[in-house]
Formats: sequence, C-alpha cells, structure tokens
Amino acid sequence: MMGSAMTGRLALASAGVGLLAVVSLFVGVGDVTLASLSGDAGDSGQAAQILLISRIPRTLALILAGAAMAVAGLILQMLARNKFVEPSTAGTAESAVLGMLAVTLLAPDTPVIGRMLTASLFALGGTALFLAILRRMPLRSPLVVPLVGIMLGAVITAGTEFVAYRYDLMQSVRNWETGDFSGVLRGRYELLWISAALTGVAYVAADRFTVAGLGEDFTTNLGLNHRRVVSLGLVIVSLVTAAVIATCGMIPFLGLIVPNVISLMWGDNMRRSLPWVALLGAGLVLACDIVGRLVIHPYEIPIGTMMGMVGSGIFLYLLLRKNGHAS
Amino acid sequence: MPRDLRSPGGAAGRAASPVLLLATLSVLTVASVVLFLTVNARGNWGFILGFRGTKVAAMALVGYAVAVSTVLFQTITNNRILTPSIMGFDVLYRLIQTVLVFQLGSAAVAGIDPRLRFGVEVGAMVAFSWLLYRWLFSGGVRGLHLLMLVGIVFGVLFRSLSGFLQRIIDPNEFLVVQDRMFASFNRVDAHLLAVSAVVILAVSVVIWRRMKVFDVLALGREAAINLGVDHRRAVTLVLVLVSVLVSVSTALVGPVTFLGLLVANFAYTLVRTHEHRVILPVAVLLGILTLTGGQLILERVMGFNSALGIVIEFLGGIAFLFILVRRSAR
Amino acid sequence: MIEVRNTSKSYGRTIVVDDVSITLPAGGVISLIGPNGAGKSTLLSIISRLLPMTAGTVTVDGMDVTTTPGDVLARRLSILRQDNQILARLTVRDLIAFGRYPHSKGRLTVEDRGHIERVIDYLDLGAVAHRFLDELSGGQRQRAFIAMVLCQDTEYILLDEPLNNLDVKHAVAMMALFRRTADAFGKTVILVLHDINFASCYSDRIVAMRDGRIAYEGPPEAIITTDVIRDVYGVEAAIHEIDGQRIALYFR
Repeated sequence: MMGSAMTGRLALASAGVGLLAVVSLFVGVGDVTLASLSGDAGDSGQAAQILLISRIPRTLALILAGAAMAVAGLILQMLARNKFVEPSTAGTAESAVLGMLAVTLLAPDTPVIGRMLTASLFALGGTALFLAILRRMPLRSPLVVPLVGIMLGAVITAGTEFVAYRYDLMQSVRNWETGDFSGVLRGRYELLWISAALTGVAYVAADRFTVAGLGEDFTTNLGLNHRRVVSLGLVIVSLVTAAVIATCGMIPFLGLIVPNVISLMWGDNMRRSLPWVALLGAGLVLACDIVGRLVIHPYEIPIGTMMGMVGSGIFLYLLLRKNGHAS
Repeated sequence: MPRDLRSPGGAAGRAASPVLLLATLSVLTVASVVLFLTVNARGNWGFILGFRGTKVAAMALVGYAVAVSTVLFQTITNNRILTPSIMGFDVLYRLIQTVLVFQLGSAAVAGIDPRLRFGVEVGAMVAFSWLLYRWLFSGGVRGLHLLMLVGIVFGVLFRSLSGFLQRIIDPNEFLVVQDRMFASFNRVDAHLLAVSAVVILAVSVVIWRRMKVFDVLALGREAAINLGVDHRRAVTLVLVLVSVLVSVSTALVGPVTFLGLLVANFAYTLVRTHEHRVILPVAVLLGILTLTGGQLILERVMGFNSALGIVIEFLGGIAFLFILVRRSAR
Repeated sequence: MIEVRNTSKSYGRTIVVDDVSITLPAGGVISLIGPNGAGKSTLLSIISRLLPMTAGTVTVDGMDVTTTPGDVLARRLSILRQDNQILARLTVRDLIAFGRYPHSKGRLTVEDRGHIERVIDYLDLGAVAHRFLDELSGGQRQRAFIAMVLCQDTEYILLDEPLNNLDVKHAVAMMALFRRTADAFGKTVILVLHDINFASCYSDRIVAMRDGRIAYEGPPEAIITTDVIRDVYGVEAAIHEIDGQRIALYFR
C-alpha cells in the first residue's frame, strides 16, 4: 500500500537531510572549503585532516544520534501508549546519567563501551519502573503520564546530584545532561553505530510495536507476547539513550516532538512512520547544530541548549494545539 | 476499600483522634526545636541562640509554606503525587541566580541588599506563574494538568538557558552559582525572615477562612460545581496562594521539591479524614518536624554540614518513590 | 469445542468466577447473559487467555489456553473486550489489516488483502477506511474494532458487549452479521450481551450466569422464561412470542 508517491517524498526528504549534512561538513572554526580542499598541498592536507578527524565524525554522530533518539521516543510512546512520553520524560535519561555517574565513581577505568552498557542497565531499570508505576495508575489521564515520568526523573536527578555534589562531579553530570557535539572526534563517536543498528532492529519489529501501542489485550489477541515486545522496546530505548548520553550528552525533547509531528502527518503505523521519524530526527539535530555553530561564531551553543529552546517551543505548540483541538 | 467504608467509630480504634494526633505532633515538634536550639551549645548562649534561632525560624516558615502549598495543590489537582514546585519555580530560581552572577559577578551579587533581591526573586516567580494562569487556565482538572506541563516545558527552557550560561561562566563563579542551586538553611538572612513571615501570615488568613471550600474542592470539579462552589474562581485563588507560598519559600532558602510530597502523603496516612482543618495543621507540623528533626540528626549526629537541602531532597525523593510503587497512585 | 473445567478466578477473598465447568460446542452463536458482576466478562477473558485463572483448565479444540503458543491460539480464537481506548493514530484500514498479523506477521499477501476488503465491505466501513480512528464516532470505532477481530478469521470469535456504542440500526446489522458468520462460514461466535432480547432472537444457545457460576444453559426457549429470568436477574418478566421469537417484557 505504500505508494510510489510516498517513496518519492521519502527520497526528497532524504535529499534534504543529505544537503544539511553537507552544510554541516563545511561549518566551523577551521577553514574547510572546497577551495581549501583542492588548494595547494599544505592547505589541502590540513583541511582534509579537519574533515576526516572532526567534521565527518561530527556530522555522522549528529545523524545517528538524531535518528536514533527520535525513534527511541516513538517506541517509548507506543509502549507507554502516551504521546507525551520520551526518554527525558520517563526517567530513562536521568537513570542513564545516574549510571554514568556510578561507573565513573566505582570503576573509573571502565572503557567507554562498559560505561555505556552500565548506563543502559540503569536506564532500563528506570524506564521499567516508570512503566510499572503507569500500570498501577487506574486513571491514566494523558497529561498525568508525562507528569509522573518527569517527577520520577526529578527524583532520580536529586539522587544523582546528591552523590555528584559530594564527590565534586557536578560538571560531569552537567555535561551528560546537556548534549554537545563539539567534542566529537574520530574514535569518540563510534558507539552511535550501535544505536543505528538498533534503529534497524526497530524497523524490523515495527509491526510489533504498533500492535503493542494498541494495548495489552489487542497484543495478546493477535498472538504476540506483550511482555516480550515491551522488553525488546525497553532494551532498544535504553541502549540508544545510553549510547547518546555517553557520546554527546542528552538531547531533550527530540524523541517527543519528532514522532508527534510525524504522527500528525502520517499517523502511527510504525512501518510507515519510522523512516520519517528517523529522517526528521536527523534533519532537526543537524539543523539545530548548524545554527548553534553559527549564531555566536566562533563560540558554539551546545545542541542540548538549542534543542531545549527549539524543542520547548514546538512542544508548547503541540500541547496547546491539542488542547484547542481535543477538549 | 472496606477500611474507608467503616463508620467513624470503627476508624477511631485504628487512627488516633485528631486532637490527640495534633497534640502529640506539637509536643514532638516543640521538643525537636528545643533540642535543635540547645544540643551541644557551648560558649556564648546569646550568639548561639540567635544563630540557631534564625535557622529554626527559616525551617518553620519553609516547612509551613511547603506543607500548605502542597496539600492545597493536591486538593485542586485531585492527585497525590504532584507538587507545585516542579512547575518551573525551582528552575526559574536557578536561572535568576545564574543570570545575576553572570551579569554582575558574584562579588556584586553578594553586595545587593538581600531584601531587594528577595523582592525581585519572589516578584519574578509570582509574575511568571500568574502569567501562566492568566494565559492557560480555563478551569477543570485537565486544564491544571496542562498548566503543569506547560510550566515544566518552560522549566526545560530555563534550564537550557542557565545550563548554557553556566558553561560559559568563569569556573570560580560557577562554584558560587552551584552553591546557590540547593536549599540551605545556613545562609538565611535574618532581615528576610520578618518579611517572609508577614507574607505567609497574610496568605494564611485567606486560607484559614476557606477551609470548608477546600473540602468541597477535594471532591472534584463536577461535584464542587454541583454543590454551588465557583470552581474556577476558587481554584485560581488557590493557585495564586500556592505560587506565593512556593516563591517565598524558594527565595528564602532555595528550591525544596520533594519535602512537600513527603509531608502531605504522610499526613494523609495519619489522618483518616478529608477535612483540611485537620490535614493542614498535621502537614505543617510534620513539615517543621521533618526539617528540624532531620537537620538535627544530619548536623549533630552524622556530621554533615553543607548542602543539607540536597540530603532532604534525596531522602524525600526516595520516600516518594516508595509511596509511588507501594500504593497505587491516583 | 471450548471446554472449561473447574475454572475459578478470585481476587484476594473475592471470588469472581466460581468453579465453572461448561462445554461450548463449535458452530453457532452463543450468548452469555446475567446481571452485573456475574462473572461473564471475566470468564470470557479467561477463555481467551487475557486473564490468568486461579484454578482449573480451559481448552480450545484440545489446546490448553495457558500453554499453547500465543500465535497458534490467535489463528484459532479472537477476542474483543469492551471499552477499547486506542490513542494511536491508525487508519481504519491499518487497524483491520492488523487482524491478519497472526497469519502473515505483517507481510500482507493477496489473500490477506481480500479478507481486509471483504470485512470493510461487510461492516460498511468503506467510506471511513482511510480515516484515523481518533476522527471517528464511537459507533464507527466500535465497528472498526469488530472488523479487525472478524478479519482475524478465526474459528472462535469472542466479543464482550459488542453492541456498546451502536445505535439500533447498527446493532441489528451487527447481530445479523454474527448470525451470518456462524451460518455461512461455520464460525462460533460467543457474545456477552446485556440485552436479553437480542440474545433471545439471535442465539443458538444462551448461558446465564449469576454470582460467578453458570445458573442455566440451553436454547433460547429454555432460558427466556419468566422463572429463569426471575431467578437470574431478580426481575419479573412477561414472555411474549412475537413472530416466532420470544421477547421478555420487563419494563414495568
């Protein structure tokens, strides 16, 4: 049923993201232009170095993290059956930060993959707790669900800050809490390929997540093990969130606004909407990062701050639009 | 369920009568305050009492404001796991601190008349919440939830801004800002106590005169309207009172998020009645008791002496999680 | 054939289904009736493995519902509970297509598409097939859910209060459709119904429950009687035979 018109639009959107990626390659303090790349030996060597070590990794990291976080938000919304849920309104991100802190304190020599896995275990625990709390709430007004998640996140953050304050690690915690791609270099972003692989897994299992979004009874009726689908989703969301936080820090609201915008346009059949969510996620992060690099040049506004501002604007719009529309 | 359906006589055997409960809590609270003032006090009594007295007074004011604001907020939202302080007050306070230090430098900030700064902080927080209410609140519980979410979204915006400023701020200045991020009863300015007390007293007069209305509001919007209460007006009034209380308490000692949840929920379990004239005093006493008693133990027994606010937040948070997981939350 | 053996369900000390044993033969329309709290919905949920039972066994064509793999059972039995709140933005056609999931796991075949179009047609949903569920009226949404379950094309179709939200015209059309599904395709349709006259006019068998037990069981002639209705509901009803159908009058 996915017509060729749909495929055509997807190709167009991909081209747009590709264009943003190219722009991202040529924005920054170091002088990288087509001219400098093809210029005389010394200049072009340096420009190529910058491109290889810094710009290409950064651009790739932006695309991978943006797409994966947006898809993680989509999955979480299906599992919680609520549109206002995403890793930073469900205790996931906060738990992952706590995990990063724990591993930094207890086993500081752990390689980055170990840190990420620890963080994802914490994230898994925090998100599972959130879903468990939701199950116990008899009246689930749509707006209360994110409130509960945010409260849970605030509690976890209080714990994190308590420990971090005692051991003088507040700066590190702030770095995990605020996404920033300026430190991304070759060799420091490769974890994100894991999230890319998980996004692929999510696409393969897209139908299962859509069914899970219909509720436990429907899922069971259609012969699926609801618990197993939820577990798969939780693992994907936790690993993706942990990988992004370990690499570049939290990107707030991305997982919330992107799936909502796509849902308005294409609905919630994940088989159809997931490619769009991934593309828009990547595009939005790329665009925010480029703007952040240009506005106060030669300094940068970190992506966490940019998304905090852009994202809260879009979120407010979605909230208030829904209000005028549904009630 | 059957427990709630019992006759009042049956419940009396389980929960203490309100008078007895209030008396016990009052005695405990007074004892804890006296202990706090006198334990390990050596040397100049006048100085020690003055110093500790300021602290106790601050705790009493904060305990009072936080307990009352949380209970009332939960009454109008019909929800026992929400707290007003989460909707942007704490982050706005932190943003103000950051902006002040960033713009003026910590030395200049320290030189500002505390009453002026207090006035600016309270003014900004009340104005912020007032604008939100005016803009969004159209009545109904759903409207309240929307209000909270929008408040939180603004919170993220404020946090992004202050996070950014904290990044580009001088590291030494950052330490000053960070120190002000958490509630502390150690640096309370004595001049502010009187001002806060007057404001809180004024709010209380309004509240004590409307106890019965709150009882009706707790039944929910439809029931309240059916019983002839102007729901929207009553709720808006509560929102304003709550925002004044939270703002004063935050400007006085810094953000206190989970204490209110802890005290309010503890109060509900102790008191088996919905009447605010019982719940509110119990919650207030519990608030003061938790702060003074907790401080006493942490400071004198365990030897913590900095950022006690964080400890209270942490423990309050843990207790909150416990409540949430154990009891099905409404 | 669905066999329920000594099945009980209790929450703490509250017993909802109390040692029920009943055999429901394959084929035909079977209605479960009874007062509120009789345990009808619970029994239906237990049979369809949505609720774990406290004691007893339930088998569907010899397959134990608690141990048979979910996808095997999903090709044999489908269930629709009442009060389905779906917040996902799916189109009606998407939702109905998910009824084919147990068969093709999301890769729709030509045969699947045939089923989908046929069901859309049967339930008169063609005009709204492309619309999102959240844009429909309560009755249209209820028909879309029933369409999904019918599209699952199972031997046994279990529906809890399927007439909820439907107006008289659509309720009658729906019951006629169930009748046809049973007669023309040999399916077994098991319904929880509140309206005893719908049960009387469309069922082959009626099972009346009270206090978690099966109180009566039999063809409509045996169940729609003044005595049985008094015993089950505690209501005095006059039974009139109109055009060969037994109608209970209990309105005054």
